[in-house]
Amino acid sequence: MGDTLQEEAIKNGGTLLGADELVLNMGPQHPSTHGVLRVKLKLDGERVRGTECVIGYLHRGVEKIAESRSYQQFAPYVDRMDYVAAVSNGLGYCEAVEKLLNVEAPPRARVIRTILTELQRIASHLVWLGTHAMDIGAISPIFYCFREREEILKIFEKYCGARLTTHAFRIGGLQYEAYDGFEKDVERFCLDFERRIQEYVDLLTGNSIWMGRTRNVGVLNTADCIALGASGPVLRASGLKWDLRKAQPYAAYDQYKFEIPVGTNGDTYDRYMVRIEEMRQSRLICLQAIEKIPEGAILGKVGKVLKPQPGEIYHSIEAPKGILGYYIVSDGTTQPYRVRIRPPSFVNLQAFDKMVRGHLVADVVAIIGTLDIVLGEVDR
Amino acid sequence: MNPTLHAILIFLQTWWVELVSGVVIVAVVPLVAGYLVLMERKLMADMQARLGPMRVGPHGLLQPIADAFKLLIKEDIIPADADKLIFWLAPVISMVAALTAMGAIAFGPAFQVARDINVGILFVVGVSSLGFLGIILGGWASNSHYSIIGAIRSTAQLVSYETAGGLAIVSALLLSGTLSIRGIVDAQQKSGAWFIFLAPVAFFTYLVASIAETNRAPFDLPEAESELVAGYMTEYSGFRWALYFLGEYANMIVVGSVATTLFLGGWLRPFPNVHWLNWIEYLPAFFIAIVGVYCIYRAGKQPVAIQVAFMWAVALACFAIAAVLAAPWILHVLHKFGVAAPLNLDFTVPGLNGAFWFLLKVSVYIYVFMWLRFTLPRYRFDQLMHLGWYILIPLAIVNVLAVGVALLLESALGWNRWLAMVVTTIITMAFALFLVHLHDKRTAAASSAAAVTTDSYAG
Repeated sequence: MGDTLQEEAIKNGGTLLGADELVLNMGPQHPSTHGVLRVKLKLDGERVRGTECVIGYLHRGVEKIAESRSYQQFAPYVDRMDYVAAVSNGLGYCEAVEKLLNVEAPPRARVIRTILTELQRIASHLVWLGTHAMDIGAISPIFYCFREREEILKIFEKYCGARLTTHAFRIGGLQYEAYDGFEKDVERFCLDFERRIQEYVDLLTGNSIWMGRTRNVGVLNTADCIALGASGPVLRASGLKWDLRKAQPYAAYDQYKFEIPVGTNGDTYDRYMVRIEEMRQSRLICLQAIEKIPEGAILGKVGKVLKPQPGEIYHSIEAPKGILGYYIVSDGTTQPYRVRIRPPSFVNLQAFDKMVRGHLVADVVAIIGTLDIVLGEVDR
Repeated sequence: MNPTLHAILIFLQTWWVELVSGVVIVAVVPLVAGYLVLMERKLMADMQARLGPMRVGPHGLLQPIADAFKLLIKEDIIPADADKLIFWLAPVISMVAALTAMGAIAFGPAFQVARDINVGILFVVGVSSLGFLGIILGGWASNSHYSIIGAIRSTAQLVSYETAGGLAIVSALLLSGTLSIRGIVDAQQKSGAWFIFLAPVAFFTYLVASIAETNRAPFDLPEAESELVAGYMTEYSGFRWALYFLGEYANMIVVGSVATTLFLGGWLRPFPNVHWLNWIEYLPAFFIAIVGVYCIYRAGKQPVAIQVAFMWAVALACFAIAAVLAAPWILHVLHKFGVAAPLNLDFTVPGLNGAFWFLLKVSVYIYVFMWLRFTLPRYRFDQLMHLGWYILIPLAIVNVLAVGVALLLESALGWNRWLAMVVTTIITMAFALFLVHLHDKRTAAASSAAAVTTDSYAG
């Protein structure tokens, strides 16, 4: 109603009927800002004319803490950044330090790392799908998603004793050998999972309300994504095939066949489709990996005390939410001189204002959901 | 005798039925609404692979009472900048409107608070719409941005969907030729078919409009939890909040009753005029007795003594209700075996069983509401308005015309009523398809317009 009139008024720099802007303060306590994000919305009626994100409510100074911890001691801290994908964070950090030390994890460790990381990607996408659907008003998918995520967390628990902040990997490889029946558990989950994905697809993909709520909402084209540094599914949904698992293979990804799903429009619906397809591909990677886990040691030759040569290293991996990079500077002591983390959520959040402008209040929560941010990672 | 006392006595003598029934409604409806909430939570849990409330009472059956008690003893918070009087009044308006509307509804041939009002359906629709006043005032008086946006949304929604719902009601009124609730049900008995079969499009329109009127998903924009926290009731807490909540569920009962009366044959059993199916009258008693048997079966499996006792109590209650419902039939059987029936109870059959059928239909209607809520995502505000004004209202207008034409064909040209209805319904459906097609075209045009926006960041 009144769209054209309103758009015309906004184009001329005014508001409809000359009314003042309404500033709506969303968060930090709000059901769908995914943690403690605070968004100041400038509204004209229901239409968003500008936003301002206020972050830092969960700031814990993770990067500073690193400077007073040894390399091994810091590893559990990275689990607390993106706490719905702790395994991926740990993988990035361990590989970065390994690069700095110039050691390599043994093949067996790398395969098990790949399996766990891909399971974590599925778990992370499941949390995203459930909360995103909940934001848009579908209250049931979240319970199905968490039912499947529970299976993955059970595998983690059996493997390393923890479910959420797992600290599953060690610098140089793994501490724990895969438990008896690990392959069987992963296989059972993966075989069952295809059917489960179909359930979400049945509930959402063809639903006209869902399509109406997600199509052409929060469009980001490839140029915008690159300019803003957006990565991960947000970037791929805009049509660019950029996935570090293929572009700069790490762990054991070069051994497996998988597709990188891309979208065309870069809207919320495409991001949804990309993530759903990514879950399917992760499942395929897991199935390929458990077929042949190489025998051998699980921990490479690293000392008890890690003293890398002075120097610096940047290593990035494809975390579920995008490119997760670690920049580590060593001064030759047992503690890093500086650790700088490039969190995907933080960088993707920068696209928020661009995506939201001109949309309605209801789209704001859809766009926060589709960016798949975790405030632990944004604020660090 | 004191003249004042005399006047009071006369008043009581005239109105005692209404007074007593009114008290019953005020006492029973909040309880029923509370149990509707429990039913919704249990159904939702069932559809979401979990159990729902299990702690208070066996299978959480006492949860509504615990909830009500908790809400009663909560601190009563009124925001500092709120308009206190209106803030206080708004939830009361919501609740009172819903309860008043319930007064005019006939739950069965024998159960009605107000005597049959000749404009019954108009009264119900009008009074239940007043409930929106409570929502709007509450949103305004809270002095919160979330609340005011919720209130504005609800106003727009009311205006859009009350129109479509009203037009759907008109279709049924054309068929029945009366505004009286009893008259409408009698008309359905006379015509031999519930109006849902004669005017399916009108029923569908009313279904959608009534979901929107009761602020239920997928049209729950005024309280859209993920966007507006709780919309118009963001600032409400404790029992004021509970009043809004009960008002919403009471309102669901009201729209369910209106739909049942208008389209689903009110208290008529299925096939009301087919006499060899008269045994259907005794199905309610039979089903309730089966529920009782099932309770006894379950009682053996309960782990705690109190749960066993509870199951037995439920079973006995079921048997008692079944015995009351089947009393005339039991008396007949006894009579056959030579036992003299002390009194003839045949007149209770339509009354009690009618109430059963009525409540069953209302429950099914509300079940559909809940089912939709668990399944569908929420509409966006502009989409809601598009659906209302571009599809539902034109469709409702055309449907009223179609029903009118069909009645004209029947009376002036002597067509068979069914033939006339089928023909006009098909025309209306074709029109609906046309509307949807137009809507799709408009959305496609809008999206292609959105796709060409320039990007300010590139380069």
